[in-house]
Amino acid sequence: MESRATDGPNLPARLRHWAQRNSWTLALLGLFGLILLITYIIQPSYGASELRALAIGAMPLAMAAVAQAIVVISGGIDLSIGSMMALTSVTAAALMKNQPEASVAIVIGVLVLGVVLGVINGTLVVITHVPDIVVTLAMSFVWAGAALVVLHTPGGASADWLTGIVSGSIGSDWIPRALVTLLVIVGVIWIPLRRSSAGLALYGIGSNRLAAFRSGVPVGRTKVFAYMLGGLFSAFGGLALTATTGIGSPVPGAYTLLGVAAIVLGGVSLAGGRGGIAGPIVAVFVLALVRTDLTLLGANSNLSTVVQGTILIGVVMFGSLLTMRRAHG
Amino acid sequence: MSSQAEMVPAGGRSAFAGGWRRLLRDRPLIPLTGLLVLLVVGLEVASPGTIKPAWVGSTIRAAVPLALLGASQTLAMLTGGIDLSVGTVASMAAFIMATQTGQLGPVPALLLAFLAAALAGLVNGIGVGIFKVHPLIMTLGLGLVILGLMNVYQLVVVTNGTNIPPIIDWLGSGTTLPFLPNNLFLFVPIALLIIAGLRYSGFGRLLFAVGDNPVAARLSGVRAWQVLVGLYILSALLAAVAGILIAGIVKTASLALVDQSVLPAVAAAVIGGTSIMGGRGGYSGTIIGALILTVLTSLLIALQMPEAVRQILFGAIIVAVAAVYTRIVDVS
Repeated sequence: MESRATDGPNLPARLRHWAQRNSWTLALLGLFGLILLITYIIQPSYGASELRALAIGAMPLAMAAVAQAIVVISGGIDLSIGSMMALTSVTAAALMKNQPEASVAIVIGVLVLGVVLGVINGTLVVITHVPDIVVTLAMSFVWAGAALVVLHTPGGASADWLTGIVSGSIGSDWIPRALVTLLVIVGVIWIPLRRSSAGLALYGIGSNRLAAFRSGVPVGRTKVFAYMLGGLFSAFGGLALTATTGIGSPVPGAYTLLGVAAIVLGGVSLAGGRGGIAGPIVAVFVLALVRTDLTLLGANSNLSTVVQGTILIGVVMFGSLLTMRRAHG
Repeated sequence: MSSQAEMVPAGGRSAFAGGWRRLLRDRPLIPLTGLLVLLVVGLEVASPGTIKPAWVGSTIRAAVPLALLGASQTLAMLTGGIDLSVGTVASMAAFIMATQTGQLGPVPALLLAFLAAALAGLVNGIGVGIFKVHPLIMTLGLGLVILGLMNVYQLVVVTNGTNIPPIIDWLGSGTTLPFLPNNLFLFVPIALLIIAGLRYSGFGRLLFAVGDNPVAARLSGVRAWQVLVGLYILSALLAAVAGILIAGIVKTASLALVDQSVLPAVAAAVIGGTSIMGGRGGYSGTIIGALILTVLTSLLIALQMPEAVRQILFGAIIVAVAAVYTRIVDVS
């Protein structure tokens, strides 16, 4: 959104500008590094294989967070992401069990399914004028019901190559393949998009709908586009679920609400128009690592829920305090 | 409203349509009640002989806790907020009551349950009102915190067992005279208090004011944070009543007791015509909304829809009702 210093000749200034714009994400990365350090102190044997497990475990939520971030940046919210993930996950798992040989076509088909689900969500929001939160809440019932139609109990299978691209490591032992896959998928879609006029339009309708409309942005179409991307990344999340667990489960996980938590931690404003994709992904890893640490400490596993909730509230309170101070002073 | 009414064009069909639309807009309870009657008739057609006093009683019994959870949502939505912690707060209250009744006796156990709920509401209110945390995030985060704490608590009191005090059992699942469920004894006064309170009390009007135009409310001297703290405490207490009643119906308590009812409670408030954007709505619509959702569930069960199809139709109908509603209210 902010004007880029593309013609600024001196690199340090541009670097500083970049760091300023991404200060929240960088701070989160620092926090992640700090927690990683604490992890090593608690458990000196924490190493490459544990990092791989962390990346694998965090992948579905990371996809959910990206989906939610895009929708929220455009000024909406999608409470059906968890259900869409369940639906795409069971569809992939059920089909791949029956026709393992067609797995590539199935994966593509599931991604198209995600796009269709997202377009339906977005179109309903645009044509009914019902608040996003209500439409997507109701649609979460619809998609969860559809998931039950596809597969009544957890089952199905994952193709070997699909499981392969999220397990193990690439190059060095220390680079989890799941992380690389996640970054490649998100990067290939988001980076070109963000620099395009469509990406700018997403931020535009999120930060000021009327101004965007008067500047010639097709508000309705952009909104549908945002939900479509949300559906697409939910489908990636569903595939990640199938790939990492080897099955599909029709019961939606807590990905919708945890995704909202992650994007807020990641610096996306629920009011729309502010934030990015990197912050939420880092936030997902911070949350996952905190849970690991609590387990390592032998804390009651239930306490990790408490800590997650407390971190969520604490960070948001801190953020709003900063905003308030800035507003006063 | 009256100025909008004068803008309705005169003449022929458009006047009729305008009048019809105005009726729906100004008296939303009439179409909602119509929808409810339609669903009841549909149920009787789908499975003749269903509609009898006992059915009415059991439907009301199931709808009352939903309507109480819907009250939390309605009040929060009037201020432009939402309370997603009602599920865990309600379960928590029921669980504390059930596990402490054997140790402390029913009355202290109930007091403890309400105290815990009020505390949760206070934290929500401080977060939303003073620290300006988005209500969705605040109530969601606090829900996580409470769930975790209750899991720890569960391990501590694992030997206590769960007891439902007789009075709660009577309130939750008993019936008086032919078929009226006893939970009405609790619900009717609460409902009247909320409806009258929203209309006539200062606090009720402040809820509308804060939700309708927060800036104007602040400039007129309203301390929004006090209103919000009061609101979220009230919301948590209502949720606690709902949770305890549900425990009285199912005669046990667990930490996931009320989870399934949170989103239907939001849906009940939305169907009942309360705007999630704040400043518009009321509680009587929510009560009808809770009844509609309960009857709808029975209808779908009577039609022998599998669980999956029930969920799909449930969601589709909520979107449809909300869409019709928005169309009627927005076009003025």
